[in-house]
Amino acid sequence: MGQRIDVNHLNVYYGDFHAVDDVNMVLESNKVTAFIGPSGCGKSTVLRTLNRMHETTPGAHVTGEVLLEGKDLYAPDTDPVEVRRDVGMVFQRPNPFPTMSIRENVLAGVKLNNKHISKSDADDLVEWALRGAALWNDVKDRLDKPGIGLSGGQQQRLCIARAVAVHPQVLLMDEPCSALDPISTLAVEDLIGELKDEFTIVIVTHNMQQAARVSDTTAFFNTQGSGKPGHLVEMADTTTIFSNPQSEETENYISGRFG
Amino acid sequence: MSDKNQTQTVEPQALDPDFVPTPDFDKFKPSRSSLAARKRTDLLMRILIYIAFVIALIPLISVLYTTVVNGVHRFDWYFLTHNMRGVVGGLYPYGGILHAAVGTLEITLGAVLISVPIGIMTAVYLVEYSAKKRLHKAISFLIDVMSGIPSIVAGLFAYAMFSLILGPGTMNGFVGSVALSILMIPTIVRTTEEMLSIVPVDLREASYALGVSKSRTIVKIVLRTALPGIVSGVILAIARVIGETAPLLVTAGAISSTNFNLFSGRMTTLPVYVYNEFQQGIASCPTISKFGSDDFGLCVPGIRMERAWAAALVLIIVVLILNAIGRLVAKIFSVKTK
Repeated sequence: MGQRIDVNHLNVYYGDFHAVDDVNMVLESNKVTAFIGPSGCGKSTVLRTLNRMHETTPGAHVTGEVLLEGKDLYAPDTDPVEVRRDVGMVFQRPNPFPTMSIRENVLAGVKLNNKHISKSDADDLVEWALRGAALWNDVKDRLDKPGIGLSGGQQQRLCIARAVAVHPQVLLMDEPCSALDPISTLAVEDLIGELKDEFTIVIVTHNMQQAARVSDTTAFFNTQGSGKPGHLVEMADTTTIFSNPQSEETENYISGRFG
Repeated sequence: MSDKNQTQTVEPQALDPDFVPTPDFDKFKPSRSSLAARKRTDLLMRILIYIAFVIALIPLISVLYTTVVNGVHRFDWYFLTHNMRGVVGGLYPYGGILHAAVGTLEITLGAVLISVPIGIMTAVYLVEYSAKKRLHKAISFLIDVMSGIPSIVAGLFAYAMFSLILGPGTMNGFVGSVALSILMIPTIVRTTEEMLSIVPVDLREASYALGVSKSRTIVKIVLRTALPGIVSGVILAIARVIGETAPLLVTAGAISSTNFNLFSGRMTTLPVYVYNEFQQGIASCPTISKFGSDDFGLCVPGIRMERAWAAALVLIIVVLILNAIGRLVAKIFSVKTK
């Protein structure tokens, strides 16, 4: 089951640069939340703070709270490595490990953490994850072939399988379809609809139709200009955002008048 | 360019705020003569490049040819399995290089065991941990300085260091290994650094996102992905030091019997062997054997040069074998798509 995330007064900085200003939001469990907004508005940055991936950028730091079922991800005694086991992530470009087979890619999260796994358990996990990522029928006969031999869309689904195989509570997706063709995009979108039964999903997308198709809740981010911090403009049910937005900024953006 | 600016400034439309210049695109098209000139330059550069390639090949082929032609005469099983004990002048026994081959292999292996861990760990620190810190610049600078150290200086350094620690005049294979590792470390650090930095950030992030720690990500993903390149770098570093003579002459010395112990007693290596043989010149032969009536065979006055060439041939073959092994290892661990 997915867990919910509460974001309270989140500010993100890259060194001296104030990237995101005072974000407050609730990401409901087992719902799909979409982040939309123009480039540079901080939506990807906010996404990456939800599993502390922004810390891979030197100088990045946050103030405020991110609570996963009430547990602060930024508490001093919280290990970022542990956070990422609960909050998994799928990236813009498919990035299967090039030295590993399809099977090894799926098992990477378990094996890289040095956990021993018996062959039958591993077989079950591989099949479960690949079925979950709607990839099992495509690859069940070539599990020992390299993961990077697959097509782009299959690679992305492999990455999703790899992420769900560690069984996180929340799955973050950073523009997961922007490098994919329309057919693969459809496959991944269908998959998102199925995955929300098990996980809380947060997806960043530039494609508003996609946000409308896959998400239950939509958050619109904007920025006053480059060099200014991004902020959350409004967040509501996806149908509300697209039919009856509260803010004029949102209305302009979704109707394509800017951004 | 300057013509265009001038015409624009004198035109009255330039004062009109709505005026948009219309570039004459025909002017930017390459003319027929410039196309012809480009073809001529292309041909000329092609010819120059081929000539440069052939010139670069001449010494390589010449060296290989000369070494094979001169070395093949003495290059046999006897030569590979005997040392220089009891070899006098040009008489039988003719001697061999077993001791030098053992020395080269052991000393080089020792140098690899010292420099590979240090080199790789230094590169990991430089790429993964020290970005933009002052220590990064300092280490980077020292590596550059280190790669410029003349090999004899590295040899004297190792000799002096062991003289201080283990008493004056300490000479053994391990001192030679230390000297060679000083020469290998910069090469290994630089190539490994290069290989680590081309591993995509995506892969590191993918690993972090699975809840894998940084150290395990580096070992299991970054180093593993860069492994083929690192192996090539190590082979290159070995090729650079395996032919070193000067530092080994002062650290490991030379001996005519086979010494298997890296840590005690002098050791001959192939380059030192070649140098010694070459330096001693024509071998003396007793008058009687000039007639070929010696019980054991002919006395060969030029045997030392023959041995030197044959040893040089062995050295080249060893380097080639190492290269082949390196390529094989790199291929086994390379990234495959099928």
